[in-house]
Amino acid sequence: MPDMHSLAQAQPQQQSFNPYTENGGTILAIAGADFSVIAGDTRQSEGYNIQTRYAPKVFRLTDKAVLAVNGFAADGNMFVKKVRQRLEWYRHAHAKDMPIRAIARLIQTMLYSRRFFPYYVYNILGGIEEDGTGAVYSFDPVGSYEREACRAAGAAQSLVQPFLDNQIYFKNQTPAPGTSFPRHLPLPTVLSLVIDSFTSATERHIEVGDGLEIYVVLSKNSPSIQGLRDVRGVTELTATEDGERVFVVRRELKKD
Amino acid sequence: MDHFPTNWGRPRNDAYDPYGTFPLPHRPNNHAKDTFAEGVQRTQQPIVTGTSVLALKYKDGIMMAADTLASYGSLARFKDVTRLHPVGNYTVIGAGGDMSDFQYIQKFLDELIIDEFTAQDGHDLGPAQIHEYLSQVMYSRRSKINPLWNSLLVGGFKDGKSFLAYVDLLGTTYSASTLATGYGAYLAQPLLRKEVEGKEDTLTAEEAVRIMETCIRVLYYRDARSIDKYQLATITAEGIKIIDSRPISTSWSFAEGIRGYGAQTQ
Repeated sequence: MPDMHSLAQAQPQQQSFNPYTENGGTILAIAGADFSVIAGDTRQSEGYNIQTRYAPKVFRLTDKAVLAVNGFAADGNMFVKKVRQRLEWYRHAHAKDMPIRAIARLIQTMLYSRRFFPYYVYNILGGIEEDGTGAVYSFDPVGSYEREACRAAGAAQSLVQPFLDNQIYFKNQTPAPGTSFPRHLPLPTVLSLVIDSFTSATERHIEVGDGLEIYVVLSKNSPSIQGLRDVRGVTELTATEDGERVFVVRRELKKD
Repeated sequence: MDHFPTNWGRPRNDAYDPYGTFPLPHRPNNHAKDTFAEGVQRTQQPIVTGTSVLALKYKDGIMMAADTLASYGSLARFKDVTRLHPVGNYTVIGAGGDMSDFQYIQKFLDELIIDEFTAQDGHDLGPAQIHEYLSQVMYSRRSKINPLWNSLLVGGFKDGKSFLAYVDLLGTTYSASTLATGYGAYLAQPLLRKEVEGKEDTLTAEEAVRIMETCIRVLYYRDARSIDKYQLATITAEGIKIIDSRPISTSWSFAEGIRGYGAQTQ
């Protein structure tokens, strides 16, 4: 007698269409005491093809929250669009911007609601907490998240994160006798680390390059504004000086 | 006695449960027999396909080019097919991939334009709006695992600004001053970038035509699913112009001297 089950239940065939792709690039965020830096390169690629040299991966959500998305670009753009829609609804309902820890929880539920057809996107949310401290939240594609001091994600995560662990968390370093490592780094140091991370990732990873966008979010009346004074190519995105302030620094990266 | 009327009059499968002892719900043909029992049939591969589409930004607006072949596998099935399609007064879309899906896209975009015209609200859709709409359709279809199997270029010119962007079956979008789909992304895009990047505001129409012809010719030499007939579209302040299909000049004189290409003399 033949196998009864295979006869009785003819299953639909597996379809060959793959709804995902990977579009390269890298993102990175670092939290300071009263500021947050969120950066991403602007190259979008598929396989060995550069699709465009300028496709932003970092988006300003509010005056105190910036979201970086990396992975499948179509999912990323749709996800940012939906997060922004929810933030707009919140603003209309409560006449204020959603606090960053609430945005982080919102992103978790939005990602997990697609647990069985995920947004193939790694998110890093940076900004200013309600107590004025710099914050970085990082997510996996299905919504697991945590607040951290720094995080790299994307194609060159494996190149950048160890560098950050060493330079931000001082891993594998011992302080000079009688001294200790600082808990937070000043803004100029953080900006140098970000730029160095991306120039190095550009050298060693083919999917990273073309352009760099660094968003800087400062808390109210932050003295860290001094650290932006002499920075080349900085533009302010916020209209007023009496709240949190958002700046973007645009730089070129190697295009080969 | 089989109490399931749908089984009556049908041949019994003796290979399975020959003595009718198997519990009724587990018998063959007793499960729901709706249309979807064997899975909904969806586009799983393109059938009649178009190859590359090219587009570039130049001084006066956008120029797009595509050859006129629709292939059926390796068969050159339809040799004078228009793959550049005007949408409204400011936009042209060009398609590679499945041509029946492209015809469906043409149909619903034309309906969209008519709906917008009928509103008579003083607004009309520009290339950015059409690209956004198309992207949302393409992304939602991929999310239903029922994609429209195309890669499309959307070129346009409205209110003194040129627009050029890409969208494909996955809903992936991007914008650049030169774009190419299919084999064009490998063969033509490097040539286009070399000729156009940084010169978008000075490149004349004549130079742009020359660049396009070069690229179409290179594609004809190397892409086996292409043909030596192509169309050119320009979208400028003067509106849309799509030039009737015309042949590309080719040169095969080099073949004479190469053994294996030309006539064999020994």
